[in-house]
Amino acid sequence: MPRPRLGAAVGRLTESKLFFPLVVLSLILLFDLIFDPAFFNLQIIDGHLYGSLVDIFRNGSTIMLLAIGMTLVIATGGVDLSVGAVMAISASVAAILINPDIKSLVTDPDLTVTPLPIVILVTLFVATLCGVWNGMLVAFGGIQPMVATLILMIAGRGIAQLITTGTRIQIFYEPYAYLGNGWIVVPVSLLIVGGVFVAAWLMTRRTALGMFIESVGINARSSFFSGINEKLVKLFAYMFCGFCAGMAGLVASSNIRTSDANNIGLNFELDAILAVVIGGTALGAGGRFSLLASIVGALVIQAITTSMYAVGVPANALLAVKGVVVILVILVLSAQVRDVVRRLVSQAPQAT
Amino acid sequence: MSETTILLSMQGIGKAFPGVQALEDVDFALERGEIHAIVGENGAGKSTLIKVLTGVERPDMGTITLDGQVIEVRSPQHAQSLGISTVYQEVNLCPNLSVAENILIGREPRRFGRIDWRTMNTQAAGILAGLDIDVDVTRPLGSYSVAIQQMAAIARSLEIASARILILDEPTSSLDSHETDQLFAVMRKLRADGRSIVFISHFLDQVYAVADRITVLRNGRLVGTYASSTLPRLELIAKMLGRILTELDDVSRIKLASSEQQTGETRLEANDLGRTGSIEPFDLVLRAGEVVGLAGLLGSGRTEIASLLFGIDAPDTGTITVRGAAVTHHSPLGSIGRGVALCPEDRKAEGIVDDLTVRENIVLAIQAGRGWLRHLSMSQQYEIADRYIKLLRISTPSSDAPVKNLSGGNQQKVILARWLATNPDVLILDEPTRGIDVGAKAEIQRLVLSLADEGKACLFISSELDEVLRTSHRVVVLRDRAKVNEFEGEVDEHRLMQAIAGAEHAAS
Repeated sequence: MPRPRLGAAVGRLTESKLFFPLVVLSLILLFDLIFDPAFFNLQIIDGHLYGSLVDIFRNGSTIMLLAIGMTLVIATGGVDLSVGAVMAISASVAAILINPDIKSLVTDPDLTVTPLPIVILVTLFVATLCGVWNGMLVAFGGIQPMVATLILMIAGRGIAQLITTGTRIQIFYEPYAYLGNGWIVVPVSLLIVGGVFVAAWLMTRRTALGMFIESVGINARSSFFSGINEKLVKLFAYMFCGFCAGMAGLVASSNIRTSDANNIGLNFELDAILAVVIGGTALGAGGRFSLLASIVGALVIQAITTSMYAVGVPANALLAVKGVVVILVILVLSAQVRDVVRRLVSQAPQAT
Repeated sequence: MSETTILLSMQGIGKAFPGVQALEDVDFALERGEIHAIVGENGAGKSTLIKVLTGVERPDMGTITLDGQVIEVRSPQHAQSLGISTVYQEVNLCPNLSVAENILIGREPRRFGRIDWRTMNTQAAGILAGLDIDVDVTRPLGSYSVAIQQMAAIARSLEIASARILILDEPTSSLDSHETDQLFAVMRKLRADGRSIVFISHFLDQVYAVADRITVLRNGRLVGTYASSTLPRLELIAKMLGRILTELDDVSRIKLASSEQQTGETRLEANDLGRTGSIEPFDLVLRAGEVVGLAGLLGSGRTEIASLLFGIDAPDTGTITVRGAAVTHHSPLGSIGRGVALCPEDRKAEGIVDDLTVRENIVLAIQAGRGWLRHLSMSQQYEIADRYIKLLRISTPSSDAPVKNLSGGNQQKVILARWLATNPDVLILDEPTRGIDVGAKAEIQRLVLSLADEGKACLFISSELDEVLRTSHRVVVLRDRAKVNEFEGEVDEHRLMQAIAGAEHAAS
């Protein structure tokens, strides 16, 4: 009986958290195919692959990094609004470590005061510390996640400016630029995304941590009664989210070779949250999560931006157009619409 | 009782929620100008009945008749327009607004399009004076006691709905005795005005003090409606705690067989253990191979004892000793390490994790005990889950089904499985049979006895006296947050009930 098996397979497919983000991504690419066929052009320059499709991955790397950390936080039933600000802090920390002498402009591409590995480690440590601060407020202070992380969201950019005494530090040190612009067969930033993703996946799915995170998100009290230290689980999620934001800050500042406390990561927290929501993790309710679906969600966000530019939407109208697209995406993701689609999809094979 | 005195009647009301029949064929009649108490233990169906009456829930079957006309209550707003008004346990008014504003909000008297404050204040004061309450209505509501706030809520509901029926849901739970008297005076005055009051409380003293008639619910069914003057307190408690005999008789036989065995060594010992505001200091010994029952009314301190023993709460005084070692770190995780397990009272809020699968729910505690790094492999998880699904006869389509799809009884078994998987020496069961059907009840009771047979020490907490008697080798009685008595061997039911009710009431 192949038909019921087909129906079951379709059912399993539509149950998967990956299904709807992939559908949305395909719809966006279909839009590009119709309105801007050149979108799919690929060319090789200097031995590297270029084109809009590659741009989605390259420019999406920061949102993907943020989405990985954000997924765990949202799965515990929380949210982290401070990731954009933490990116700015990281950029400032990295810049000041490379060149503490802000006043005199040093344009030597070989010069760094602190060795690069130390720069990266210290920056990630500071970002992780920011995550610990958020986690302490939420888990041990009992403060609403949105309010708790709002503190660092607002204060973070101020802290970033304090670190660089209010100036934007240009980074001329060439090896640092590799993080955001370099290529090792594929863009280095994508290798970083891949590394963080694999680490996060192993950590949550090859230990019991993933189950604990989901359990705490669904019912923190039941989890506590079952012997799970729900406060430590939450603290870990925010801590890891801070770490990911630090990574994203390194990549972003390396990309533009500047520590721009005012603009690095600006509004990125919203994109990251949206990516996770598109990936099917319930904002507010928490619970079941899929890291891969969040990655696809991040690609959806970046594909929207890249496509808008490609079809010639002016930069200052981008946010408005993006808003409309987001409304459509959220509609597609709503439970009611999903049910209708699922019914249509599962009826289709039987009708033939 | 002639037909005309009946203001409201509910007939054959039935309401089912997934996995539990909350109400089954319940009748309820409210007369004009009476105070009618509804009593019953948790899960008896009191709140569901009120929700049906106030339009929060729609009944699956049954009719509601108001003033001789069949009505359908569509929403809480609709209930108000019908003259049915509810004051909830938690006062839902605005503490930062004045008393007068709270009473008349949305209906402020106006002059030239602006609020006429003077008229408003005199009106509000007048309404409160009608309840024999004299307060400064211009002061913020929050500056008054909870009792006054509750009166304001009552005044408001009378004013809005010109309510003929006033429902008070546990109104006294946060009041002291003087405030309670104040509230009762208001209730009697309203009764004298010809209004009907439905009063829900688990304080039996108060029920007897103020109610004309009492309706008793148990397990979603009507036990009966009685005039409070002719119903002795002991009889009321017997009706609330209930006796279900038929399917459960064989459990007693198992108990007899198992009690012939020698009870073993002491597994858990509590000495002078107490926590302020929760439970007075008490002593308790749990031995291997023995089921100790914990009996007492709602709020007598049953769950508080479980919380202390399992480390949910830390004690102020006294010590817990598990297998000879004193407990210093009070937490659920610590208890897992010590071999102590708790199936909590509130299955939904404290037990199951509803979106996780049956397998994940079962391995949760054992995994928590191992820590996140020592991960149980998938095959180990399936092995544990399948073993307990078979052992406890959990009826589920597969071990990968979400636990929320299971019936209440099967969810309870999943939680039991979660703790049996940790192989505990001491098993604390807080209302393990609440809200599940009789067949599953008998099964769980049998299981508890067989676990004791295997040498586990069990503490069995239940609000059903019958069940405690049937399963326990020893019964500890609690009243007013203190241990009052302990019965060994064959327990005389009458004496047990007297202990629960309190000696001073035994004569009544």
